[in-house]
Amino acid sequence: MEFNFQFDWQAAIDSLPFLLKGLPYTLLISFAGLAIGFVIGIVFGLMRIGPSRWIRWPAVVYVEVFRGTPVLVQVLFIFYGLPTLLGGPIDALTAGIAAIALNAGAYISEIVRGGVQSIERGQREAGLSLGLSPPQTFRYVIWPQALRRMIPALGNQGIVSIKDTSLFSVIGVGELVRQGQVYIANTFTALEVYFMIALLYLAITLSLSLALSLLERKGLVG
Amino acid sequence: MNDSANRQATARSSGSSPIVRLEGVNKHFGRLHVMQDIDLSVAQGEVVVIIGASGSGKSTLIRCVNGLEPFQSGRIEVDGKTLLPNGASGKSLQAVRTEVGMVFQQFNLFPHLSIRDNVTLAPRKVRGMTRRQADAIADRLLERVGISDQADKHPTKLSGGQQQRVALARALAMEPRLMLFDEPTSALDPEMIGEVLDAMRELVNDGMTMMIVTHEMGFAREVADRVVFVHGGQIVEQGPPDQLFDQPRHERTQAFLSRVLKH
Repeated sequence: MEFNFQFDWQAAIDSLPFLLKGLPYTLLISFAGLAIGFVIGIVFGLMRIGPSRWIRWPAVVYVEVFRGTPVLVQVLFIFYGLPTLLGGPIDALTAGIAAIALNAGAYISEIVRGGVQSIERGQREAGLSLGLSPPQTFRYVIWPQALRRMIPALGNQGIVSIKDTSLFSVIGVGELVRQGQVYIANTFTALEVYFMIALLYLAITLSLSLALSLLERKGLVG
Repeated sequence: MNDSANRQATARSSGSSPIVRLEGVNKHFGRLHVMQDIDLSVAQGEVVVIIGASGSGKSTLIRCVNGLEPFQSGRIEVDGKTLLPNGASGKSLQAVRTEVGMVFQQFNLFPHLSIRDNVTLAPRKVRGMTRRQADAIADRLLERVGISDQADKHPTKLSGGQQQRVALARALAMEPRLMLFDEPTSALDPEMIGEVLDAMRELVNDGMTMMIVTHEMGFAREVADRVVFVHGGQIVEQGPPDQLFDQPRHERTQAFLSRVLKH
């Protein structure tokens, strides 16, 4: 038996066109999921600091459930489990976006809550004392400052969620990992292909980090 | 409680109708009774300075006037609008706040906005002014407090004294009928206290109605029409500054003044 430690650059490069077909799915699931997750996170994060326990309580349950269960189980539940409840199939792409949205939404709720609560009480008092209504005080005084403080944590969550989409190869979404598995099945070039897949994830997450650090430095938010 | 002094003070303020009237106001923080049956009227144009040890309830008192602190019983009338106990004031709460300006110990400027936008935010969002209208007001007020050349900077670039003057301009931009000052110089380095007091003096000369909580006794004596001494959540004694500082009648007032005036 002969061992081959040779890394075949040609094989790696050859796999790229096929792998890149998965990139739009990875990006779509990530960013659609995160965008919806951000909206969910704002709603539930603010509910968690709401005035009545009937508002806070559902948000607590949501956060604990979706933060406390694996995203893989969530997507399997949505893709294989929910159709038996709903009586019709859910396509894999939708299931993937929903799983990212619900999972990231739970974490982002906590980020939103922490960000808003970190703003000094005097800021709210100053806004109210000027005659701004409580919603205006939130909109123009609290939220812009909270959002700026939330950027690093939101960036973290974005990176985690982008990587989580790799799990969705199990439900057959043609994202990066799934494309790689299909390609390897025909070429047996696992080393080169997974290396390329890793590089592609790194390219996405590094771009996001860079964009966020620019945003943070310029203070473009708020 | 010295009745003759109180009556005298009330007589002074009855010249014109009171703009602020607290009647039997009580407030509890848990077991602590921080305001006990407070009655206090402030006349239009009057400058009332509230003094007392920390924890006496003097800050709480003025924070009740613009509804930042809820109270449990009694009533507060501000410019014809009534604040009710337990946050039941409804719409009058915000109506009061648009007409009452406040300057805080910690300035509380909005760090994400430029100095100019700090001043224009409320005129634009509450009064519905255009940016141009509000900017004109802001530039005039910032010039008046001596900050006009810094209007485009953010608050953190300014010294404490400058920040507090911006906070004053911000409150004045709403053209308040009454100004509240909650220890406006207590967080400042000593060399910056003067510039803030000067800006307040100017406001006194303009005839602004003011309620001031401060430890600056010299300033209190100079600008106050009436000094109110608060201890243990009660108004112990009040009167014109000369009388209250030179001939305090209540032993608690005497004890407090002998401590703060000694140095």
